[in-house]
Amino acid sequence: MRLPLLFAASGAIAALTFAARPAPAEPAAATGAIADIPASCASCHALTKPETPTVERLWTRKGPDLWYAGDKFNREWLVSWLQNPAPIRPGGVMWFKHAKPGEPRDTIDTASIEKHPAVDAATATKLADALLHLKGEGLIVEGEFKPEGVNLTMGQMSFGKLRGCVSCHQDKPGQGGVSGPQLHDAGKRLKPDYVLAYTRDPQKFDHFIWMPRLTLSDPDLQRLTGYIASLGKENK
Amino acid sequence: MTYRVALLLPAVLALGGALILHQPASAGAESPKITASAHLYDTYCAQCHGVQRNGKGVNTIGLSVQPRDHSDTVGMASLPRDQMIRAIKEGGAAVNKSALMPAWSSVLTDQQIEDMADYLQHVCKCGQPT
Ligand code: HEC
Ligand code: HEC
Ligand code: HEC
Repeated sequence: MRLPLLFAASGAIAALTFAARPAPAEPAAATGAIADIPASCASCHALTKPETPTVERLWTRKGPDLWYAGDKFNREWLVSWLQNPAPIRPGGVMWFKHAKPGEPRDTIDTASIEKHPAVDAATATKLADALLHLKGEGLIVEGEFKPEGVNLTMGQMSFGKLRGCVSCHQDKPGQGGVSGPQLHDAGKRLKPDYVLAYTRDPQKFDHFIWMPRLTLSDPDLQRLTGYIASLGKENK
Repeated sequence: MTYRVALLLPAVLALGGALILHQPASAGAESPKITASAHLYDTYCAQCHGVQRNGKGVNTIGLSVQPRDHSDTVGMASLPRDQMIRAIKEGGAAVNKSALMPAWSSVLTDQQIEDMADYLQHVCKCGQPT
């Protein structure tokens, strides 16, 4: 019988296709939520924490991880983005696959980046609610970001030359590096506590991601988060 | 057997996905260690140092200090291996260079960093790996 083999090979996707039992470690709320998310989404996105993260997984996955979506996204943004998905990662989910050598520098072949499937308003609301149930354990500390007394000018300087976030992230459309997600609408998209937690230790989210843990003090983290959380808010 | 088809679908999609990818710069008949380091370089370093290792990565548009050209035989020959390792492990600031060169010890193991130094000497054709 070849069936068992095929089962093993298709792994998690097969489990979802058949709405079979969820991984035992998932909390009950997440389990129910995953059942509400179509298998097509799961074919590109990890909805549960990968058991063995590897560099290879980052080269083969077709979309960013959503297993901590509930720690990360603002609901309003999510509902609207799912209906009208604009690009977030200027270099695609893995920039190298879209990079071409050139002068004066390598560029991204934007034509090779696929458009994201869109859904209707009712589906978007349902999906957003399901996605917001997906949370990692102890990834973020609620209330850790303190909005009082944040100095945006200092935050902007840190983001730029001082800490070099702009090497990989855009804080204004078209301005900054392209290997990481743009952050110019991060104020609408991301929860500030997530921004802080990710900036402090990206390896906690994925050990192999190509943003390394940078040496940042607590005041650095607060002002960077304050700056990022302010981006894109004015034109709401 | 309809559900055998359903099971195969993800595999077929994965295969299709693999075929449209272009070849990473690490492809080629090199020693396994060099190939492994080249792959890590593609993943982590090429974003700034360039897919051709020439210092012209996609991210240089956001950089106020230009990354080292790792293909420059003369320039790289003057860079001691120790300093290279320190820069990769602890970041540019640890060797009195720009902090825009980040520290990689949260991602790469000490052994991978040693191998990366050998790899850089292979790329610049400017020294014997020790
Ligand atoms: C063909 C693969 C594919 C499918 C199918 C797919 N996505 Fe995506 N998804 C992606 C990619 C690639 C991105 C990254 C887009 C970007 O950064 O510009 C993404 C981004 C997202 C994001 C934003 C994530 C982030 O970290 O920025 C959400 C939310 C999302 N997808 C939800 C869904 C949902 C819900 C479905 C099912 C209805 C779905 N996706 C189907 C590939 C896919
Ligand atoms: C070497 C490139 C690089 C540098 C430098 C860098 N990042 Fe990142 N950053 C990334 C990548 C890659 C990701 C995750 C990509 C993904 O999930 O698809 C990321 C993710 C993030 C996220 C989460 C965004 C999201 O949509 O999930 C935040 C917030 C962030 N970075 C902030 C910062 C800050 C603040 C700095 C400076 C202190 C910084 N980054 C420096 C590459 C970088
Ligand atoms: C965010 C962009 C960025 C990334 C990613 C990056 N570098 Fe660099 N790197 C730089 C910059 C900028 C310099 C130049 C520093 C200077 O001259 O002041 C540099 C310099 C160097 C140097 C020379 C240090 C010296 O003493 O002159 C080495 C070696 C190096 N990088 C190796 C690497 C390796 C290996 C990786 C991947 C693991 C990597 N870099 C990833 C930006 C980057």
